[in-house]
Amino acid sequence: MIAVVDYDMGNLRSLENALDRLGATYEVTADPELIRRARKVILPGVGNAGMAMDNLVERELPDVIRSLRQPVLGICVGMQILCRDSEEAAGKPCLGVFDAHVRRFTPAPGCKVPHMGWNSLGNLDGKLFKELGQNPYVYFVHSYYAGLCPDTVATCRYGDVLFSAALRYENFYGTQFHPEKSGGTGEAILRNFLNI
Amino acid sequence: MLAKRIIPCLDVKDGKVVKGVHFVDLQEVGDAVELGRRYALEGADELVYLDISATLEGRRTFAELVGKVARAVNIPFTVGGGIGSLDDASRLLDAGADKISINSAAIARPELIGEIAAKYGSQFVVVAIDAKTCPDGQWRATTHGGSRMTDRELFSWAREAEERGAGEILFTSMDHDGTRSGYPCPVYAALSDSLGIPVIASGGAGSVADIAAVLTEGKADAALAASIFHYGQYTVGEVKRQLNEMNIPVRLI
Repeated sequence: MIAVVDYDMGNLRSLENALDRLGATYEVTADPELIRRARKVILPGVGNAGMAMDNLVERELPDVIRSLRQPVLGICVGMQILCRDSEEAAGKPCLGVFDAHVRRFTPAPGCKVPHMGWNSLGNLDGKLFKELGQNPYVYFVHSYYAGLCPDTVATCRYGDVLFSAALRYENFYGTQFHPEKSGGTGEAILRNFLNI
Repeated sequence: MLAKRIIPCLDVKDGKVVKGVHFVDLQEVGDAVELGRRYALEGADELVYLDISATLEGRRTFAELVGKVARAVNIPFTVGGGIGSLDDASRLLDAGADKISINSAAIARPELIGEIAAKYGSQFVVVAIDAKTCPDGQWRATTHGGSRMTDRELFSWAREAEERGAGEILFTSMDHDGTRSGYPCPVYAALSDSLGIPVIASGGAGSVADIAAVLTEGKADAALAASIFHYGQYTVGEVKRQLNEMNIPVRLI
């Protein structure tokens, strides 16, 4: 069973539909016991990183998530709160699994914020990107990004900024993009995660 | 590099597609779910489903259809047509829509943009503007398919929509829509320069060169098209391959 962490951070319908298309068995839950026992854990998230941390704390989940030993995948804001801290959660520490700081894009001519749409990945590294070719396109919607760090396993360029499109530390994975909305490439990435 | 998006638009009436590609090998021509899947497989970057039903029953069928599309399609999709309240938007979000597009309702009550954006985020709200030129040379927004002129000037209305929380502007020139004679590129470029959010160009494409022009000279972030695909002139994949040959960044499958 895959646990999809339900902490009231946006609509989970797209992710559920994507898992259904892959034939995966999952449960949407905030129950620490179910999360601990799951074979894999997905931490989704759309919205504000500060609120996401508050919601996790309210459900007493930060330590549960940090202590997981099975593969964990954070998506979008789910990935961002697995980082050290975020400008969007000013003053609050995040989960601190990935050694990255999350900051806001600066709008510039030809570089609108949010970064929204299909962008190509580079420097792919590891199991998540098995058999994907060198520069696959995936779908992004975000205003904040994690900088490059030793945990970076995929990069993406937006304007002058090269940021972490995916992170990995031990059993923890994170994607800034939305695999559940990234067509065949996204499905392959989710399938790779399920097969770890 | 961020790709320019190609977005097929499917007009849906009483649950059936009335305008969209008609694949020759498809059993049921108007199957909105299957058409969406085909477009996605061909390389469409997003889809727009526009409800043009005039009846309550048609609207109900559309909401059911949105759920089916969400289950079947693995790329983002926007739904529009007849969204007049936060409740309407919530229902479509719950059904699985990634974005909603509002037009007349936003003109009637601009606060609606902010209400939806505050609850679901700006990325969920596309404000569609159907504008045409007036005798005084100004572009003004229209409603009801271009038949009713409003006093909203295109550029100021688009900026207001952005300030109120719109995540994208979908601008259709009613002077060009359906003519297949190309887009008014200077107007698109000025609009794109004046906004901090993406502009989607719609209405007027008769060829790939027209789409290329609006994505380069017109500085549009995306192009929405119906008839160019509808008449079987080009597939989405062919359009994107040709754009790629013109060095326009597109996602190729």
